[in-house]
Amino acid sequence: MTTVFTFTIDGQAVAGSEDQTILEVAEENGIDIPTLCHLDGVKDRGACRLCVVEVAGSNKLAPACTTQIAEGMEITAHSDRLLEYRRAIIEMLFMERNHVCAVCVANNHCELQSMAEEHGLTHFDLPPISPVVGIDASHRLFAIDHNRCILCLRCVRVCDQIEGAHTWDVMQRGIETRVVTDMGKPWGESTTCTSCGKCVQVCPTGALFEKGRAVARGSKTRRPYLPYLKVVSEERG
Amino acid sequence: MSKPTLATVWLDGCSGCHMSLLDTDERLLELTERADLVYSPIVDTKEFPEHVDVCLVEGAVSSEEDLHKIKMVRERTTTLIAFGDCAVTSNVPGMRNPIGVPPLFERAYIENATTNKQLPSSVVPRLLPTARPVHRVVKVDVFLPGCPPDADLIYNMLDDLLAGRVPNVAGARFGR
Repeated sequence: MTTVFTFTIDGQAVAGSEDQTILEVAEENGIDIPTLCHLDGVKDRGACRLCVVEVAGSNKLAPACTTQIAEGMEITAHSDRLLEYRRAIIEMLFMERNHVCAVCVANNHCELQSMAEEHGLTHFDLPPISPVVGIDASHRLFAIDHNRCILCLRCVRVCDQIEGAHTWDVMQRGIETRVVTDMGKPWGESTTCTSCGKCVQVCPTGALFEKGRAVARGSKTRRPYLPYLKVVSEERG
Repeated sequence: MSKPTLATVWLDGCSGCHMSLLDTDERLLELTERADLVYSPIVDTKEFPEHVDVCLVEGAVSSEEDLHKIKMVRERTTTLIAFGDCAVTSNVPGMRNPIGVPPLFERAYIENATTNKQLPSSVVPRLLPTARPVHRVVKVDVFLPGCPPDADLIYNMLDDLLAGRVPNVAGARFGR
């Protein structure tokens, strides 16, 4: 028998089963917590920190996507402090690489761009880093532009957990971190990639895209079928 | 009482933001009744006036001329608006920043030139090492992102400013 916990989010009384996360219960109750790395159907990893919430009694912020609920929790999902942190996170994601919305393949189909608008970001105060990062266009159908990557690792997770190929992984640390194919081999030389395109479909920005798409034409056209990710993962338990 | 003065300046941008300003269409007539357009690429004045109430700045600060101009404009302007993505983030002009000026020039004027291979040295102003957003050079009072910002957003912002309200730029976003 599953235990049911009752607690509050922004003062609203909610309930969930013991294995649920704060984010899941919030979603069920129509409470919108902003997310970028979260994707229904793949395991959460708390990469982007956009979903951080305040838990009464703790002076640390907790990512809603990876924090299990508990009886009597008092959670604040929206406050001036959290808004400030979320705006800072979005700003840092923009400044860490070279995001040029106007000429991006994902212009107007980008979750990072939408997050900036939703949080009222009109400019960035942090100095730009303007790193030199590459583009790997060696794959026949797809390309990755590291200038646009926010390291949400949806591609890594969907490739491993749904497709079962584990072509994508992560190389190096900190600001040098990059997603890589086959331990750093060019994507086009990958022997594990099945060219299924799931990584491209789940990418929230213009980092992964189908070749031949012009500016603002990189809509993830088959996204409506993405709920199937959830079905697959539920079937597999 | 004299009307407030309005100016627009064009630094390193494509003029698309000015085109979007013109897209306010018949509302331009109303704006020119409420404010005097004293300096702009779309009027004939050659010198930036000693004092301007509101100035829209399109484009990033990319060259020595841009730098000189923006410092002068800031000194003479009460409310300075970073107008569009190039002014706000450096946008497309800033795409050269990771490359650096010498390799950029080599590529553009030597490698890719078929005739008369030479670096531009006269008439055109020298490029700065990086193309910077306006607020990284001088203080900016209002930011209006967008490539270009929508005409309605521009009109609403100017309407607010000319009415003495804090401008509302809700709905503005990078890109578009």
